[in-house]
Amino acid sequence: MYLGFVSFWSGFFEALINSRGIFFEAAQVTLALTAVSIFIALFIGLFFALLKISNIKPLEWLANAYIYVVRGTPLIVQIFVFFYGLTSIWMISGFWSVALGLAFHNGAYIAEIFRGSIQSIGKGQSEAGRSLGMSQSLTMRRIILPQAFRRALPPLGNQFIIGLKDSSLAAFIGVQEIFALATTRGANTFDYMTWLLVCAVYYLILVFILTLVVGLVEKKLSVSD
Amino acid sequence: MIEVHKLNKYFGDLHVLKDIDFNVEESEVVCLIGASGSGKSTMLRCLNFLEMKNSGEILLKGEEVDPRKNDLNKVRQQVGMVFQHFNLFPHKTVLENVMEAPTQVKKTSKADARKEGKALLEKVGLEDKADDYPSRLSGGQKQRVAIARALAMKPEIMLFDEPTSALDPELVGEVLQTMKDLAKEGMTMVVVTHEMGFAREVADRVVYMHDGKIVETGAPKDMFENPQEERTQAFLSSIL
Repeated sequence: MYLGFVSFWSGFFEALINSRGIFFEAAQVTLALTAVSIFIALFIGLFFALLKISNIKPLEWLANAYIYVVRGTPLIVQIFVFFYGLTSIWMISGFWSVALGLAFHNGAYIAEIFRGSIQSIGKGQSEAGRSLGMSQSLTMRRIILPQAFRRALPPLGNQFIIGLKDSSLAAFIGVQEIFALATTRGANTFDYMTWLLVCAVYYLILVFILTLVVGLVEKKLSVSD
Repeated sequence: MIEVHKLNKYFGDLHVLKDIDFNVEESEVVCLIGASGSGKSTMLRCLNFLEMKNSGEILLKGEEVDPRKNDLNKVRQQVGMVFQHFNLFPHKTVLENVMEAPTQVKKTSKADARKEGKALLEKVGLEDKADDYPSRLSGGQKQRVAIARALAMKPEIMLFDEPTSALDPELVGEVLQTMKDLAKEGMTMVVVTHEMGFAREVADRVVYMHDGKIVETGAPKDMFENPQEERTQAFLSSIL
């Protein structure tokens, strides 16, 4: 019993160290997938948040429909729909169809985060901008959004972490990221447990780095407090 | 400078301004007094179209302002406003607050805006706070920055919406002093206030509002010492 325990963990650390080169490559794929999809999702989210607060009914309905569809269907279904849907229209790699699927998915949640933070900025701020002769869009861009973005950072950081972990679903359409590599290794060696734990270590490291970065940005933006 | 004819304003079913006739001459300081809910703040906010009138006319420098035809952003550049709760931009430094509208709206160069901004801060006695964020200031300092920010657009008229109501009592004086200096320079001002001392000392004319109507208008001395209307007498005796 004791010997089994020791040999499992020594095997685990050996695997962790020996596989670092190839897992490092896979981690880069995971990171790229996350970065690209989050980057696009931020624009999608801001766009639909602005639609939601536009006070123009058809635009609000459009935003609500988008958010309803994303929240009401499983992410894996969305990714497969993007994969089969996009690859049937034009040549697009698995990586990009997952990246766009993830962006489409995260965009809806980020839209709600932005909407909430924009609406949390007091009416006095936009009145102050307008009273100085600033247009509505200028007031939004210069006064409201910078403050809203700061307030959105903690929930955004949360969403980024979710996005990072959800990128593991790319494994199901053959993108060689961390989870795909771990399951392949597990299948080849009949030692799933070791490789899944190795994979978990990489996710923990990536989440740790992401949390650190979000924390730094938060700190940087809080100079005015 | 400003003329208001038969101004009516509703919030839903609530009739908050009833056929208001009102005017302000150039370089005149007019204080609006009255109980809360009397419509004085709403009237002030109608003057720079933060609230939209339901009917009536508002003339600025002799020309009617029609929200459907005139560019309200242009109109508001000529009408500065100071709010009860300051509404400084918390993510910008004091100097950036003052520079924001000139650089973004009037496209003044940064260098010029900085120079003018510093001069304005000196005028309100806060040149040493230029690089601080508003969160570091006291209420009175915030309000003086807000006045400098509004002045940066070189408005023809300044509206003050209860500028000292949110301040600790010991900070009221510095803001009133800044406003007095401004009045002395000949700025046209409309001030919604509960500071009767200020109204008595600085105002050219005091307007008493009650229940959406102007009840009485007069020179401060006449209004405070010899109010004609019963409503005015009741209001003044309740607060003085």
